[in-house]
Amino acid sequence: MLIKRTEREARRGMLAASLASQSGGGFDRRTFLRRSGLAAGALAAIGTLPLGGVRKAEAGPPAPPGARVTTTKAVCTHCSVGCTVVAEVANGVWIGQEPGWDSPLNRGSHCAKGAAVRELVHGDRRLRYPIKMVNGQWTRVSWDQAINEIGDKLVAIRQKSGPDAVHWLGSAKFSNEGAYLNRKFAAFWGTNNVDHQARICHSTTVTGVANTWGYGAQTNSYNDIRNAKTIIFMGSNAAEAHPVSLQHVLSGKELNRANMIVFDPRMTRTAAHATEYVRFRSGTDIPVVWGMLWHIFQNKWEDEQFIKQRVFGMDDVRKEVAKWTPDEVERVSGVPGEQLKRVAEMFAKQKPSTFIWCMGATQHTVSTANVRAFCNLILATGNVGGVGLGANIFRGHCNVQGATDLGLDIVTLPLYYGLVEGAWRHWCRVWEVDYNWMQARFVSKPMMEAPGIPSTRWFDAATLPKDQVAQQDNLKAMVVFGHGGNTITRMPKAAEGIEKLELLVVADPHPTTWAALSERKNDTYLLPICTQFECSGSRTASNRSLQWYERVVAPIFESKTDYEVFYLLAKKLGLAEQMFKNIKVENNVPVAEDLLREINRGGFSTGYCGQSPERLKAHMRNQDKFDLVSLRAPKDAPEVGGDYYGLPWPCWGTPAIRHPGTHQLYNTNLHVKDGGGTFRARFGLEYQGKTLLAEGSYSKDSELKDGYPEFTYGVLKKLGWDKDLADAERATIERIGGPNPDAVGWAIDLSGGIQRVCLEHGVIHYGNGKARANAWNLPDPIPTHREPIYTPRPDLVAKYPTYPDVKAQFRVPNIGFSVQKAAVDKGVAKEFPLILTSGRLVEYEGGGEETRSNKWLAELQQDAFIEINPADAAARNIQDGAWVLVSGPEMANGKVCRVKALVTERVGKGVSWMPFHFAGWFQNVDQRGKYPPGTDPIVLGESVNTITTYGFDPATGMQEPKATLCQIRAA
Amino acid sequence: MARMKFLCDADRCIECNACVTACKNEHEVPWGINRRRVVTLNDGKPGERSISMACMHCTDAPCQAVCPTNAFYTTADGVVLHSKDICIGCGYCFYACPFGAPQYPRVGNFGSRGKMDKCTFCAGGPEADNTVAEYAQYGTNRLAEGKLPLCAEMCSTKSLLAGDGDIIAAIYKERVTKRGYGSGAWGWKTAYRETIAT
Repeated sequence: MLIKRTEREARRGMLAASLASQSGGGFDRRTFLRRSGLAAGALAAIGTLPLGGVRKAEAGPPAPPGARVTTTKAVCTHCSVGCTVVAEVANGVWIGQEPGWDSPLNRGSHCAKGAAVRELVHGDRRLRYPIKMVNGQWTRVSWDQAINEIGDKLVAIRQKSGPDAVHWLGSAKFSNEGAYLNRKFAAFWGTNNVDHQARICHSTTVTGVANTWGYGAQTNSYNDIRNAKTIIFMGSNAAEAHPVSLQHVLSGKELNRANMIVFDPRMTRTAAHATEYVRFRSGTDIPVVWGMLWHIFQNKWEDEQFIKQRVFGMDDVRKEVAKWTPDEVERVSGVPGEQLKRVAEMFAKQKPSTFIWCMGATQHTVSTANVRAFCNLILATGNVGGVGLGANIFRGHCNVQGATDLGLDIVTLPLYYGLVEGAWRHWCRVWEVDYNWMQARFVSKPMMEAPGIPSTRWFDAATLPKDQVAQQDNLKAMVVFGHGGNTITRMPKAAEGIEKLELLVVADPHPTTWAALSERKNDTYLLPICTQFECSGSRTASNRSLQWYERVVAPIFESKTDYEVFYLLAKKLGLAEQMFKNIKVENNVPVAEDLLREINRGGFSTGYCGQSPERLKAHMRNQDKFDLVSLRAPKDAPEVGGDYYGLPWPCWGTPAIRHPGTHQLYNTNLHVKDGGGTFRARFGLEYQGKTLLAEGSYSKDSELKDGYPEFTYGVLKKLGWDKDLADAERATIERIGGPNPDAVGWAIDLSGGIQRVCLEHGVIHYGNGKARANAWNLPDPIPTHREPIYTPRPDLVAKYPTYPDVKAQFRVPNIGFSVQKAAVDKGVAKEFPLILTSGRLVEYEGGGEETRSNKWLAELQQDAFIEINPADAAARNIQDGAWVLVSGPEMANGKVCRVKALVTERVGKGVSWMPFHFAGWFQNVDQRGKYPPGTDPIVLGESVNTITTYGFDPATGMQEPKATLCQIRAA
Repeated sequence: MARMKFLCDADRCIECNACVTACKNEHEVPWGINRRRVVTLNDGKPGERSISMACMHCTDAPCQAVCPTNAFYTTADGVVLHSKDICIGCGYCFYACPFGAPQYPRVGNFGSRGKMDKCTFCAGGPEADNTVAEYAQYGTNRLAEGKLPLCAEMCSTKSLLAGDGDIIAAIYKERVTKRGYGSGAWGWKTAYRETIAT
């Protein structure tokens, strides 16, 4: 029997202490071993550790002899919660991960992915050096050669087919600075064909929500959900997609005994913790929400005063809602009226209520309308603009919010300025380049102001006849930074598209699906990019908080940062001098702090102006000062006094005026200098004779006690507030305005003076308007139900058809109507009777190349699978765990996907579900051999998007992976 | 002296597997060895509950009782540890353990399982604390540094609690009181024949 280890001398706080105590002690086992020369390596190592002020390797492998162990604060690179990662590094090796206790966002917690991020920089399966494909063979090349060849080919394509023939697909995993750089690069190249994952994520949210009340982002925060009394999740499986958010949700639910209601076609892991679960048919979000509003209006549970003061056009919504009687709702969506009544009453009466949604709601042809319906439910019940309520939109990737904000997007320049001439002139002023020079980079002024091709349609733009693509030529080149290929629907079409390209550049830590999917033989380059742990910068979490993270280790192998690669490309193309005028470049690497400062200088529209690198770094140093629920630091806290954590945008004015950021958007209960605000008056003064300005509602201590329009220099003058401007501010405004300074608005005033003066007067420069229940500029001003393109209910198509065909929408045709009609006529729903919808697994993220290459995660999910209801499985003689063959209505004859069956009641009868993270098997063919040797992910599998089908939201180009059809048979 | 315990609050566990990968990360546990895992009951049905399982560091540990070579020992903190130098890989402890905690690195017949491996409550093994030798066989020794097991420290929803049994019991009791309904814990219904309404 071994002796119990009670003889340990003391509980040791730190090894330094333990070493100290032992060096003073007598002849213990340790000293004996050391003197006797046993276990030399191990103990010698400890013996030579310097003691003073150095932390030893407290986790992971003990540090090598003499190594100093340093601790770095980084931010998890998976979802948008923004968990702090504390990394311990010795000799440039990341040896351990500790909980980041001080972060108010995660308080030390992680999910499976966050707890495994250290593996990402082990890099077992990462790209190690640049590779190009020569006659079907992967061949190593130098960085110089790769950049030179890519640059030459780009120039050749530009000369032949124009700048719009190149698509610069960026990443939601960029830092803010990287995203900004990619967008700026595309502008200098001369195209708006620049996009990222938000297209297939929350593009519909951004469009729908911004068109309702001003900004298209989460109104509150994960932490603020702790205050909610009723929480609705619609098409959000946060337990798997945002696990750490559930810490706030479940704690709040327990403390407030809150109602937690999950609406989903699938009884998710989130639903397992709900107080009520509502199952509905995929793609019927609008009928369900209108069904709730029907009960609310019927029983007068709406917030009359809120609607009167702060909402425009609710009566138009009432008319539409009146059509959705409980019977019709149940007929279309399958949800019984009694259940909806109960849930609607909770949402309207047990306030504050918050409404959370995710991809389940946003990935449909009608998704802009979906989110608009949610906003209307929120507005009708007065659940926005305060504590514990709001539209808590959970964004996906770690920086999809920031990348969206920074305009890595086909419809806007950074920070939602749009593509109009005024926007270009604003950014040209910030960049200090001549507007006419910039315009000359483009094919023409109209193309400069025309939205680009969305990431969902790039292959259509590459493969359709040239006359159907509304630009000079087809797409000829894709430059893909950090974007999987298998997250986009219609993969067989994508494979064709990849083969058509004249140039494919994949800049990523991993080769991704892009490299393995097609039969390309040449003109394909893989550039090894480091992860964000090998890079510094800022990222914006879903709650709009910016967090600055430090580089943990230097880029491994030959990988480079995004910053450096954009610089090298710019240099090769002769753009570097113009692009990096005000940005310091060290050793070919643009300095992240300078990039952020430039964002600050131009970011007045969205309040990205106050978050200087210095302030953000102070926040990371002082994480422990911020309150868990309010996210605010006490007024007397050093460096960060009074700030909200991460200066959630909008953080108005210059950094010098120290605006605290905005925790809850549109919160009239706070002074604007404390993060208060109103709905944005961005849609004009009146519409059809009715005012669009708020009536009798204003933010706390506002000097203007009613609605007011957006501020310009002219408005300031009318109020006599222009005298409060400093001379330098006035000079800047007059310089910008030229002959007409009165027209200079708050968003293009580079001095920040208009914002500063407005805040001093307690008003908000963007005006005090009404939210729009009726958004007249959208395809469906009042959300209208439309059946999915491939619907299991063809009987409903006549009454609820999809949008009409359009010849050119985002430069390509959208023939959804014809496709839907053909599907109904051909009786596709008979041949493919099961609904197919897709979603996330907690272990993997996005396209999954990175996480499926992580051995700690890959071990947990080793097979691609499809969930099928026991009744459907029995009818098809399918056993749990057996191989099945899945086919979809758009797959070529005889093609199938081979996955494992998971027979479960999680999905209802007639419904099947697949995770979308898998790739590397394509239509029953293993593609492992097509990856460059040693870079194939550990786990490969069929992608659901090989099966998914046509369908695009007209306002955004969003795809429809959440409601299509399939057939399953035993293999 | 404190008795170290794990407690998984089944009302909070969302099967995110952070505990599993945190353990892998902290101790570089190889593929195929699962010191900790998350078990889900009634998967996909109403009443679905998950619970994170590892060695429960029993007071009167069955593994210890059946071990033919006396490889196990209980520390003063109530942590059940074992010596891989003494372990012969016979697998008796695997049969004795009600929780499936013991793991074996090799698959095969005739005693070729290799040395047993299991959760150490992040307390290492019989070797001197925080040495390379200890790390190589058992992983890190966080307890010796005054830290708790990383699985619990990193739990996404603060479901998995680890530490002094009295303290975590008090935390759990407070939670149950605030919730105002039966604990929702795994096994509650079997024990008390009480249906849980959350």
